[in-house]
Amino acid sequence: MALVTTPNLRDPDGFYEALMELHEGLSPEESAALNARLVLLLANHIGDEAVLEEAFRAARRPALVQHSP
Amino acid sequence: MAYAYRSHPWRSCPEAEGRALRHPVLIAGGGPVGLTTALELAAYGIPSVVFEDGDRVSEGSRGLCWAKRSLEILDRHGVAKRLIDKGYTWNTGRLFHGEQEIYHFVLQEQGSHKFPAFVNVQQYYAEEFLVEAVERQPLIDLRWRSKVVDVRPGPDGVVLEVETPHGRYSAEGDWLVAADGTRSAARRALGLDFQGDTYEDCFLIADVKVHASLPKADRRFWFHPSFHAGDTALCHKQADDQWRVDFQLGPEVDREAEKAPEKVIARVRKMLGDHPVSVEWASIYTFQGRRLERFRHGRVLFAGDSAHQVSPFGARGGNSGIQDAENLAWKLAFVIQGKALEDLLDSYDVERGQAAAENIRLTGRSTRFLTPKSPAERIFRDAVLHLAEKHLFARGLVNSGRLSVPTVHEGSPLNTETDFEGGVLPGEPCPNLLMEHGYLLDRLPRDFVGLAFGPAPDLPFPVIAMPMQAASAFAAAPGTFYLLRPDQHVVARWQDPDLKEILAAHARALGG
Repeated sequence: MALVTTPNLRDPDGFYEALMELHEGLSPEESAALNARLVLLLANHIGDEAVLEEAFRAARRPALVQHSP
Repeated sequence: MAYAYRSHPWRSCPEAEGRALRHPVLIAGGGPVGLTTALELAAYGIPSVVFEDGDRVSEGSRGLCWAKRSLEILDRHGVAKRLIDKGYTWNTGRLFHGEQEIYHFVLQEQGSHKFPAFVNVQQYYAEEFLVEAVERQPLIDLRWRSKVVDVRPGPDGVVLEVETPHGRYSAEGDWLVAADGTRSAARRALGLDFQGDTYEDCFLIADVKVHASLPKADRRFWFHPSFHAGDTALCHKQADDQWRVDFQLGPEVDREAEKAPEKVIARVRKMLGDHPVSVEWASIYTFQGRRLERFRHGRVLFAGDSAHQVSPFGARGGNSGIQDAENLAWKLAFVIQGKALEDLLDSYDVERGQAAAENIRLTGRSTRFLTPKSPAERIFRDAVLHLAEKHLFARGLVNSGRLSVPTVHEGSPLNTETDFEGGVLPGEPCPNLLMEHGYLLDRLPRDFVGLAFGPAPDLPFPVIAMPMQAASAFAAAPGTFYLLRPDQHVVARWQDPDLKEILAAHARALGG
């Protein structure tokens, strides 16, 4: 199975809002720790090394548009 | 009670008296690997001379956890039972995060095993028992206070320069096994470099006696221990009612100050309770993951720490050295006896190089988990520990050392692949099954041997008739045949072989 990069979330705005709420009130360190736990939980759920490697590559790709500092 | 060292005197030898001899095998280093090599060679009838710099066995517990495969190898020299009688057998590892036990692992399921997964015995005891076995073996000449200071390899032999309290002499041999440790004189003399990684973090390691009756405990490992400001701590029980403790200190420490008994005692009392403590030995070390590119250089063969070094978490140093000795000895013996061509020794480099690569890879991963290199690594490491309290999957990611198991020499040039599912793989050591007349490994000769589940053809080596009760471990059916090497590793297996196939596999396992 390949990494799904086409729309797959039933409610994208709702998901995004929930993710932001998850981080509310956290320091940058706490947010980083939470993200790490999330990555580990989701990676285990996916469980398919090929899909995970594809996700690693997609995540690591430099952004096409550099926003100004 | 501190260990009572026995001092072994220097004794004169033919070379010291000006008589030149030519020995089949010279062994530099009288540690566990050198002594095991000598004993293994003697079991094949090959004499050797062992040169040991010191006059006594080593200081400090050092190689502590002896793994099942090492016990199986040492058993053939009467040493395994002594290690078990003297040592502390354990089967469970407990992982703590702060004060909280997050989980424990069990190494070996209950069953009729001849040997435990691990026994903890200080290296000086292992060496003492090996020395006693060597002293009973007339084929071995163990020379104390005899330091190999130079090695001159030639096309068909090796000359050693040996320094003794009574001057220097040269010793000539057909082969040299360099088992002279991390600071190998042989490696230096041949101008060979260790390649790989060294790590910054310093660890304090100590043997201590706690003068109180503490409950027995298996391996205990702490991340972020509540009693120690560093990242990790480890505690093992060992022989003579001692404890071996290990504290991660960080990259920059005052080594001498940290080894001071007061300082060690203060740390141990925080770990094991407010009891009187005495320090038997303390040392500071850093992790290494390094190896020689090749273990065979003509007539010189490197084994143990002279060939490869790994971090100690996982007990892969001493145990892989014992396996080096076993792998090398039969090949060297067969070459010396003309039963195989010299090329067979190249398979020692291939197989034990494969083992070293595996050990370095696995200990490198453990090191990375124990000593995160960047803020991001630390975040993920701590996330794993956090999740491991509740979630089973995360426990598999916690890495406090992956404990030594024998390397399966998959893809070895000595193996013959066949169409066979399951069972014991080519390159894997034979399991030590309890059978009607005792343990299987006790019945294996120092030769190639067949295990036949059913009638077998006439072969130029012994064949053991296997009962069908043993079939499941071997995925065997009536007619199944396994061919084992003299070091008990599987060469090939067939469901229904013919004589020609077995003979071809046998020839291949002798180096072609």
